Amino acid sequence: MRSDRQAQGALATGLQAAPADLESGGALRRRQSETSGSVWETVRLAVLQIFMTVLVITFLVPTFWMISSSLKVSTEVFAHPIVWLPQDPHWNNYVKAFQLLPLTRFIYNTMIIVVFAVLGTVISSALVAYSFARISWPGRNFWFGLLLATMMLPDVVTLVPRFLIFKNLKWIDTWLPLIIPYWGGIGAIYVFLMRQFFRGIPMELEDAAEIDGASRIRVLIQILLPLSKPVIATVAVFALLQHYNDFMNPLIYINSMDKWPLALGIRAYNDSYTRNWEVVFAASTVMLTPMVAIFIVAQRYFVQGIAMTGFGGR
Amino acid sequence: MAATTAPGGKRHISKRQLRDWIAGYVFASPFIIGFSVFIAFPMFYSVYLIFVEWDLLTPATFVGFANLAKMFRDPKVNLSLYNSAFYTIFAVPIQLTISFSLALALTQRIRFRDFYRAGFYMPIIVPLVASAVVWQRVLHPEFGILNEALGWFGIAPRMWLFEPSLTKPAFIFMSFWMIGRQMVIFIAGLGNIPDSLKEAASLDGAGALGQLRYVILPLMTPLIFYNMVIAIINSFQTFVPAMIMTEGGPQDATLFVVLNIYRNAFQYFNMGYASALAWELFVIVVGFTLVQFYLSNRWVYYEEGS
Repeated sequence: MRSDRQAQGALATGLQAAPADLESGGALRRRQSETSGSVWETVRLAVLQIFMTVLVITFLVPTFWMISSSLKVSTEVFAHPIVWLPQDPHWNNYVKAFQLLPLTRFIYNTMIIVVFAVLGTVISSALVAYSFARISWPGRNFWFGLLLATMMLPDVVTLVPRFLIFKNLKWIDTWLPLIIPYWGGIGAIYVFLMRQFFRGIPMELEDAAEIDGASRIRVLIQILLPLSKPVIATVAVFALLQHYNDFMNPLIYINSMDKWPLALGIRAYNDSYTRNWEVVFAASTVMLTPMVAIFIVAQRYFVQGIAMTGFGGR
Repeated sequence: MAATTAPGGKRHISKRQLRDWIAGYVFASPFIIGFSVFIAFPMFYSVYLIFVEWDLLTPATFVGFANLAKMFRDPKVNLSLYNSAFYTIFAVPIQLTISFSLALALTQRIRFRDFYRAGFYMPIIVPLVASAVVWQRVLHPEFGILNEALGWFGIAPRMWLFEPSLTKPAFIFMSFWMIGRQMVIFIAGLGNIPDSLKEAASLDGAGALGQLRYVILPLMTPLIFYNMVIAIINSFQTFVPAMIMTEGGPQDATLFVVLNIYRNAFQYFNMGYASALAWELFVIVVGFTLVQFYLSNRWVYYEEGS
C-alpha cells in the first residue's frame, strides 16, 4: 500500500516537473524581471497580507459583535472593557425575541411577500426580455429606451402618487403594493440582464423549433429558459435581496403589525426594547441568517450579477 | 428570420411579420402596462400634485405655484439639501478610494483572497435595517465598539449620534462599511486588464506606481465613472439609517432629503408639497447625472469603437 502511494507521489511530482522543465526558459525570463526586487516584493506582499487581515477583521467586527451580543446576558452587553464572547451562550435571548413580538409572524409575512414579488420579477422580466431580445416589432427600441431611462429615476419621485393610487384601489394595509408592481417587469436592471443573456443564445435553436410549429411561449419555456439558469438565478437572488431588504414601501403601505415583514419588525424591536440590546441583536441575527445561507449557496451569482450590472439588489 | 426583416419588408407586411408584431407587444405587455400604471401615470399625477394642497381628508385645492414658492424658502428643505449634499460630497470620493484600493490589493498575489473578498462583501448582505440597528450601537457613546476601539489609541469617547457636528461624519464613516459592491465591480474590471499592457509598461521602465498611473487608472476610468454615478444617486437617497438611527436628529443634522419628503407626505400629510420636494430631488439627481456624463468625456477613457 505504502509503496503504491509513494509511487503515485513520485509520478505526480514527475508529471509536474516535466512541463516545468520544458517551460523553464520562459519561467526563468519572467522570474528574472521580477527578481529585481524579489526581497522587496516578498516584504511588500507580507505587509499587504497583514494589513488586509487586520482590515477584513475590522469589517467583520460589527456583524460578529451583533451575533455574539445576541448570546450575552445584559451585564456582558453593558460591560467595560467589551466582552467579545459570552461566557456561556444565552440562547434564551432568542426565546425572548420570539415572545416579545410576533417574530414568527414577521418571518412568515416576509416569506410570502418575497416569494411572490421575486416570482413576479422573474416571470415578467423573462417575458419582456424575450420580446426585446428575440422578436422584432415596431416601437421596440422606444420601449427599451424607456426601460433603460427608468434606471435613473429615483423611486421617491413616484412615491406619493403611487401611494395615492394604491389608496384609491384600497390596497393600503395589504401586501399587494409590495407584490403587484413587480409583476409589471419594471425592474429595468433585471429585464436588461435577461435580455443581454438571451441575445447571447444562438438563434438557430429557436428557428429550428419554429419550423416545428412550436409557439413562442413554448420556445421561451422549453428552449431559452433552461439555457438561462445562471441569469435567472442572478435575477432571483438580487430581487430576493431587494424585497427582503425593502423598508420604505412596507413602512408606507403596511399599518397592522400582524402584516409586517421582518424589516418593520426589527425596527419595532429597536424602538421598544432599546435597553435590551441582546434581544434587539437576537432579532437582527434572525433576519440576517437566511441572507448568510443564501450568500453561501449562491455566492457565484452575487459576484456574477454585480460584475455584469453593478447592482446589488438594493 | 433575415428574409422577413430585409429592407423593403417595411412596406409589405407579411403574415409572419404581423404575427411577430403582435407577439412582440404581447410579450412586452407586462412592462408596457407596468410602466404606464406604476411609473408614467404616477409621474404625470405628481406633476399635477405640485400645484395642489391636499391632506387626504379634505378635497385637494389648487394653489398654483405656492408649493414651489414655499419650497425655495423653506429652511428645512434647504437644510435637508445641505445635509444630503454634505453626505454625498464626502462619502462618495472616500468610498471610491477605499473600494478601489481594496480591489487593487485583492488582485495582488496574496493568500486567502477569496476569504478577504467575501469578508469585505459581507456587510452588503446584512439587511439594511439590521445594519442600522447594529451601527446605532456601534456608535453608542458608552457601550459602542467604536469608542472602545478608539480608546485603545488613547482617543477620548465621542457622542457620535448625539452631537450635531459628529452625526454626518459618523454616517459617512458607516457608509465605508458598505463598499463591497463597488469593490467587486473594480475587481472584475482589474481582471480584464491584459497583462501584456502592464508588462509593456514595466519594460518601458514603469514601476508599480507608474503602471497604476499610466495603465491601470486610465483603463479603469469607465468603472470609476460608473461606480461614482451610482454612488451619488444612492447617497442622495439615503433614508433607512437616518430613519432608524437618529430619526433625522440631533437638531436635524441627519434630516436628509428623502426623510424630509417622507415626513411631509406621510407624517404631515402635505401630498402636494411632498410631490414638489420629490421633483426637486429628481431634477437634482438627473441634473447631477447629466453633468457627470457631460464631464466624463474629459476624463473617462473609452476604447475606440465603443
